[in-house]
Amino acid sequence: MIKLTVNEEEYKVDVLPGVPLLWVIREYLKLTGTKYVCGLGLCGSCTVHIDGKAVRSCQVPVNDAVGKKITTIEGIPEDHPVKQAWIKEQVPQCGYCQPGQIMEAMAFLSEKKNPTEKEIINHMSGNLCRCGTYPRIKLAIKTAAQKGGRQ
Amino acid sequence: MSRPVTRREFLKKSLASAGLTIAVSITPFGHKIFAIENEKDIPFKPSVWLQISPDNMITVSVNKSEMGQGIYTSLSMIVAEELDADWKQITVKSASARDEYKDPVWGSQGTGGSTSVRHMHDTLQKAGAAAREMLVKAAAQKWGIEESDCETSSGTVRNKKDGRSISYGSLTEKAAQMEVPQQPKLKTGHSKLIGTSIARLDIPAKVNGSAVFGFDVQIQGMLYGTVERPPAYGAKVISYDKESPLKISGMHRVVPITRGIAVCADTIDAAWSGKKALKTIWDRGIQPTMDTKSLESDLLSYLDNNGLVARNDGNVTEALKKAAKRVEAVYLLPYLSHVNMEPMNCTAFVRKEACDVWVPTQNQTGVLELAKKISGLKADQINVHTTYLGTGFGRRFETDVVEEALEISKATGKPVKVIWTREEDMKNDFYRPGNSCRIEGALDDKGNLIAWSHKVVVPSIFARAMPGAVKNGIDPAAVEGIENMHYQIENIRVEYVRIDTPVPVGFWRSVGSTHNAFTVESFIDEMANAAGRDPLVFRLSLLKNNPRLRRLLETVAEKAGWGKQPKTGQALGIAQHFCFGSYVAQVAEVSVNRQNGQIKVHRVICAVDCGSVINPDTVKAQMEGGIIMGLSTALKEKVEFADGGVRSSNLHNYEVLRMNETPEIEVHIVVSNEKLGGIGEPGVPPVAPAVANAVFKAAGIRLRNLPMTPETVVSALRKG
Repeated sequence: MIKLTVNEEEYKVDVLPGVPLLWVIREYLKLTGTKYVCGLGLCGSCTVHIDGKAVRSCQVPVNDAVGKKITTIEGIPEDHPVKQAWIKEQVPQCGYCQPGQIMEAMAFLSEKKNPTEKEIINHMSGNLCRCGTYPRIKLAIKTAAQKGGRQ
Repeated sequence: MSRPVTRREFLKKSLASAGLTIAVSITPFGHKIFAIENEKDIPFKPSVWLQISPDNMITVSVNKSEMGQGIYTSLSMIVAEELDADWKQITVKSASARDEYKDPVWGSQGTGGSTSVRHMHDTLQKAGAAAREMLVKAAAQKWGIEESDCETSSGTVRNKKDGRSISYGSLTEKAAQMEVPQQPKLKTGHSKLIGTSIARLDIPAKVNGSAVFGFDVQIQGMLYGTVERPPAYGAKVISYDKESPLKISGMHRVVPITRGIAVCADTIDAAWSGKKALKTIWDRGIQPTMDTKSLESDLLSYLDNNGLVARNDGNVTEALKKAAKRVEAVYLLPYLSHVNMEPMNCTAFVRKEACDVWVPTQNQTGVLELAKKISGLKADQINVHTTYLGTGFGRRFETDVVEEALEISKATGKPVKVIWTREEDMKNDFYRPGNSCRIEGALDDKGNLIAWSHKVVVPSIFARAMPGAVKNGIDPAAVEGIENMHYQIENIRVEYVRIDTPVPVGFWRSVGSTHNAFTVESFIDEMANAAGRDPLVFRLSLLKNNPRLRRLLETVAEKAGWGKQPKTGQALGIAQHFCFGSYVAQVAEVSVNRQNGQIKVHRVICAVDCGSVINPDTVKAQMEGGIIMGLSTALKEKVEFADGGVRSSNLHNYEVLRMNETPEIEVHIVVSNEKLGGIGEPGVPPVAPAVANAVFKAAGIRLRNLPMTPETVVSALRKG
């Protein structure tokens, strides 16, 4: 049994220690907001927060997450400025990559309160979106930053 | 408090707490567990398209798949407008696969060809109008007044005589007793919803992670299925280890199925370990020497074959002979992968008396037919639950993964969820076909374009997918955008040479237009250059009979600052294309780094004329997305083949466009009030030729092969 703390809840999971955290979150805990796309850490769709930092959960063996504070998209309050900005700017199309984009943007804004356009682009270029919502992601991050994105 | 969750315990708990004894259904907004009796509580369902409940909520049943194009919202807007509903009342339900939900134009249920609004508009308008008429009748009877003394507004009926009003919800019981009018009157006066940028209904669930995609489906007692498939086309199994997988904890079965060897287990990780343990040995397939190079050289050598003539105006041969100037060019474009963010997947549960399929599909009828075939059940025993689609782009028209899930579920008697890895997804795609073409153009002594001969070599998509659409041997996708090009040229000949390869090909967002727009719009620029004319002026001179397209080109040129001095090192390129009922013109502002060959696209200005507009922000979003996807193919995408199969495997060797490569995008909607056009696909085709034309202007090199990688730029610069 592996003990995990996800979104401030404790879970005991019967899983092999080397299984990537992504699959444990999705298929064992049924928190399916966190998405699989590439499994190689190239796309950012599986991004969650571990102790406040944005991490590619497909690259983390579940054992390495024991004793840490894991936050997934389901753990973000509805009134969070980043989520609100995503709705205001009507960012998602298919929506599949967006939880990862939001988790990445949140962690970014918690370190960089008022990022420049260039900083946004540099930081967010690790997250892929096949629908091409990049212009709106950029806009939403600016909108959230203006509202003084909280952690 | 600690909550133990082994897989089984978790399920038991969640189901027990919901008191579940019946069915689990999936709504666009997440798993919905409901009692069947609940259905009886809905008193007013005037058509299959909507229902109004006593709590004043209106549920629109959408028969089209939501894959990012905003269709749940656009179709609901059409219903809500005619119904005169308050937008806040509207929720959406994904329609099951049933005859009554078939697309009235196609006669089947599916989503593609940028047709959803165009095909459903009139039906849904009528559905909304009929319901409104019944509600008005109910109110009139209730109040004992004439219907003409009633008016509707934002989900209420108002008594014009005394000003009283009543909500639709309160009228449902009475309205349900009214006869359904077959020819309801449509609303007159200006629209309240249509033409406004209403926020999309699906976005909140996509922002908080609760939107259920196929990948997210969880069914009680389900197994995870994974399939070992041939690494080379047509490869057959030589041997595999049946026993070793079964030693893995949680493993259930190894089942040979049509498409390979399936392994199923309690957990996804056990299923994958089991697949590895099969240690399958395959033979080398039907064409082991096939690779990128052989496919490309075949495409080019087929250019010397005679083609089927798709269009023949005037006398091209004569015109080419007497030309003052002739230009000839050969173009070569690669196979492309869809790279749907959500890999292919399907969950199926085949029982003796019923079958459920949960799938992100663009082809409900195809799924239903397959389920009938494999389960041996009748249509009314089968439920197809369409989830959200993590993009579609035509790939989810195919039902390959559905077949896998159904066969494994049938063999095991359990619900089975089959999810593909990125590698499986990329190697088992139905690709946008690679293609080549040779174009010859002729100018007279005044620089007028007098002849255009265009021979395209491309595998046929329709021959496999919809053979009925192939007329006289000509695949409509192969010549779309060439055969119907809008330039007025006296002598035009279009030829199609079909080439068959082991590589399966399929519909890819904007289909044949993806390649034909590139070659036509690049070559028209080549001809403008040969004539010493401005590319915009040259195009306009060939569009005298098409004021709509002329206006669009003039708009995009004006917005882009065409003709003005661009910033140092930058240049503009222009292109237009008509497909799926809409015109799109784009200007790309580009610079080229002569040292490393990097093309930088600074800005893309887009003008679109899709006739009338349902939701302007959706049109804008589709243009933005189309431009980014089109640019991705222009600069980066190419499937590599090796050893008779696919070599590309994941996003490190098949790269797609990222934010740092994305230009500023400006979209201008030109409202023409012409017939409704499609919007999902037409944004893609013009950007690649616009960029290539700008590169020519900026660096003097004509790039006729895609993608335009730094290597191809450097090599073209070297050649001069």
